[in-house]
Amino acid sequence: MSKVILGRKLAMTQIFDENVLIPITIVEAGPCIIVERKVKEKNGYNAIQLGFLEVKENRVNKPELGHFKKSEVRPQKYLREIRVKDIGNLKIRDEIRVDVFKEGDLVDVVGISKGKGFAGVVKRYGFKGGPASHGAGGWRRRPGSIGASADPSRVFKGKKMPGKMGAEKKTVRNLKIVKVDKKENLLLIRGSLPGIKGSLLTIKSSK
Amino acid sequence: MQARVEKIEEEAMKKDITKFRPGDTVAVHLDIHEGKRKRTQIFEGVVLRRRGGGIRETFTVRKVSFGIGVERIFPLHSPLIKKIEVVKQGKARRANLSYLRNKVGR
Repeated sequence: MSKVILGRKLAMTQIFDENVLIPITIVEAGPCIIVERKVKEKNGYNAIQLGFLEVKENRVNKPELGHFKKSEVRPQKYLREIRVKDIGNLKIRDEIRVDVFKEGDLVDVVGISKGKGFAGVVKRYGFKGGPASHGAGGWRRRPGSIGASADPSRVFKGKKMPGKMGAEKKTVRNLKIVKVDKKENLLLIRGSLPGIKGSLLTIKSSK
Repeated sequence: MQARVEKIEEEAMKKDITKFRPGDTVAVHLDIHEGKRKRTQIFEGVVLRRRGGGIRETFTVRKVSFGIGVERIFPLHSPLIKKIEVVKQGKARRANLSYLRNKVGR
């Protein structure tokens, strides 16, 4: 079964790994609790629903509370459903802890990237913009021509233009787990991960 | 949250670092791996500056080798650095001694 866990991004730092200083992201991962099992016979597909971070009962609304009550688990801040090929012998209320992963494992991390607001084409698509000098004025970060004239008399769909950037679901693949701290429920993952500090991440083993 | 991050950094940090400051002349003993062989090289020179904090801290050492100034920047907590020896204490009045680069006949 593919391994999966929910986590929260804490911070980035650096650490020495075999004499080389490497960048790492610290993730607080799990313990996650299985709130619901979805099986092919009943739901049409196989999935597990994971809950992460326990909260007080008054922090969830009533329909949610009923859902937790049904599974006899404490209310959780985050719920995420993860499709799996085969649930195996995982049961409701089973806990998933960081020790499903070990050092050296490769993982994919899914999260919501940092929002950049309404961004121009230079930042958003890496357009070159205009020249900084040689008599150029007022044409530094503009997108240039957006199409031809009478034919086609319109702008093509999908033309790269300014707009909202960031705050999208992003997956970073094949990141190495540098360390697993079972006691503190921490994962140290090499490289950067999407999102702000404190944002929710889904960590699953790479295929 | 921040405290937990610092804890991880601290675990990886060296605890027994010799005290030295900019202006001191130090001998840095560092391991060099040449394929399978390992040897110790000593880089001796004046500390120009220390920079950064925690596990990111680095220091710059300058020496004049055959009339040519050579500077190396070492990560303070690198496991390759076996020992830092203070050969001579200096009396620098500032933290960044970049002006030494322009001094002749020092």
